[in-house]
Amino acid sequence: MTRTRSNATVTATVPAARPADPPAAHSPAVDVPAVDPPAVGSGDPPAAQAAVLAVRDVRIRDDVNDREIVHGVSFELRPGRAVGIVGESGSGKTLTCRAILGILPAHFAVAGGSIEIAGRDIARLTTPQWTDLRGSTISAVFQDPASYLNPSLKVGVQIAEVIQVKSGLRRRDARRRALELLTAVHLRDPELVYDQYTYELSGGMLQRVLIATAIAADPQVLIADEATTALDVTVQAEILDLLADLRERRGLALVVVSHDLAVVAQVCDEVLVMRAGEVVEHGATADVLYHPRHEYTRLLIAEHEQYGLDRYLADTDTDTGAGGGGEQRKELDGVR
Amino acid sequence: MSADGRPVLEVADLEVHYGLRRRRRRVLQGVSLSVACGETVGVIGETGSGKSTFARAVLGLVRASGGRILIDGEDVSRYSPRQWRALRRRGVVQYVFQDPLRSLDPDLPIEESLIEPLLVQGVGRKEAIERGRAYLARVRLDSELFGRLPGELSGGQRQRVAVARALVTEPALIILDEPVSALDSANRVGILEILKELRDAGVALIFISHDLGSVAGVADRVAVLYQGEFVEVGDARAVISAPRHPYARLLVGSAPTLRSAAASRAERDALRALLHA
Repeated sequence: MTRTRSNATVTATVPAARPADPPAAHSPAVDVPAVDPPAVGSGDPPAAQAAVLAVRDVRIRDDVNDREIVHGVSFELRPGRAVGIVGESGSGKTLTCRAILGILPAHFAVAGGSIEIAGRDIARLTTPQWTDLRGSTISAVFQDPASYLNPSLKVGVQIAEVIQVKSGLRRRDARRRALELLTAVHLRDPELVYDQYTYELSGGMLQRVLIATAIAADPQVLIADEATTALDVTVQAEILDLLADLRERRGLALVVVSHDLAVVAQVCDEVLVMRAGEVVEHGATADVLYHPRHEYTRLLIAEHEQYGLDRYLADTDTDTGAGGGGEQRKELDGVR
Repeated sequence: MSADGRPVLEVADLEVHYGLRRRRRRVLQGVSLSVACGETVGVIGETGSGKSTFARAVLGLVRASGGRILIDGEDVSRYSPRQWRALRRRGVVQYVFQDPLRSLDPDLPIEESLIEPLLVQGVGRKEAIERGRAYLARVRLDSELFGRLPGELSGGQRQRVAVARALVTEPALIILDEPVSALDSANRVGILEILKELRDAGVALIFISHDLGSVAGVADRVAVLYQGEFVEVGDARAVISAPRHPYARLLVGSAPTLRSAAASRAERDALRALLHA
């Protein structure tokens, strides 16, 4: 899959100004953090609300050989909730994300179904409407953070640029806001990082910078497509902790895409398992983990049980015969 | 487990430095590890921990600045490059990299790549092909793929070829550097199954990975490498279920598990603080 366009580019190249009036089905409560500029650490996740993202039976076609690649994906995402998409390369998970962001690669097109972002059907959006939406309503981070940043500009300046364009702040205020964002993504020395270039930062730090950029305009939805795949395990845990934190503190809704079921299970309330363009399993995370119905989901679980840490951690629990998860584990044994 | 307990590899107080004079810095320090016949040891370390340097030093690709390396009881620490080449030709120790595309000749059908180590040893072509095919079958590679070029195979198939090539010289020890990191679930399980079979057949394995989870299923023992030192070495079950060193604890607590019970966010934060103090 080609990753030609970047989130950073997408957010950085849009013209200024937020949408003048909130879209039709846009719940007022969702707008609160967006109005309140530095919303870092403030505001509880809003309670049950309208979906910020609704994907209904989306089908994606490759126009070159006239083949359907994604055969119907559906899910709804409410503020402060997280949905995970699991699947290997070629399963269609990234194409689905790109369709949601309106950045499908050249000859790919949405051939059926609908996508609504904050109540607006994206099929009817004009280019200026799209640029309004990206960054300020929906945003994304991908696997290789370095390729989404300009190597010849300080990273802080690149975040500030997005803020100036998206929030209309003046340069000095944008800088202050960028520093707040770098703090919010738990970078240890924001002032230092602001003035650094991409080559001076580690993969984990760059991914934090990208996340800071992605949340700069207070989006309601963040798509993290294999955002932790290239990182060391301890750094991956830090980034996943950060996403969970943003979700709790800002009510950010997440779409987490990974080839690793465990990554998705750690962060998400709901999981879709995709294979060859098909959603083979969809349900609440616990249901998918403990009552997998599809053979492929069972394979993913078996891999962790036979070859992963789960093997020892589960054994320890079984040996002691105690623990709150005992019942679920018994159910899992039944499945095996 | 170990057949007779005789170590196939003994590393004592290994030290490796990179750079010259003022830029000289220590990459490995006081690294000791002994691997018995038929034993599988997982070496876990993250970016910059020195895990690949460790592998390269054991293979004589990087010069150790201190310590001793014994392969099959023979002290190789003072070997000249020529002696190393002779040793590698014998194929006692073999190496499998993360990306087989870089270690397989792109212009050579895989069958040719496979028999090359045997031809170098003076084995006749006919016999070499026969033996090569037996190993390709052992890694469960479809026989119709034998004539293909590496670029025409999938990542999982290529990694099977790399393992088969490591096997043709019947090594006592294979060092695998991130062998499954680039593979998807199905292929990862396939390779791990093959590794298990090799272990059961008495081949010693050093399985290097950044991910404790991926070695947990095959390793008898685990060695955790942190900033150039082994901070914890022990039985795989013991290290994973009750790690002692803060870094080992963070590592276990960070690995995504389906039951997500390894460590809470607060525990991880506390361990990070401890390590950075």
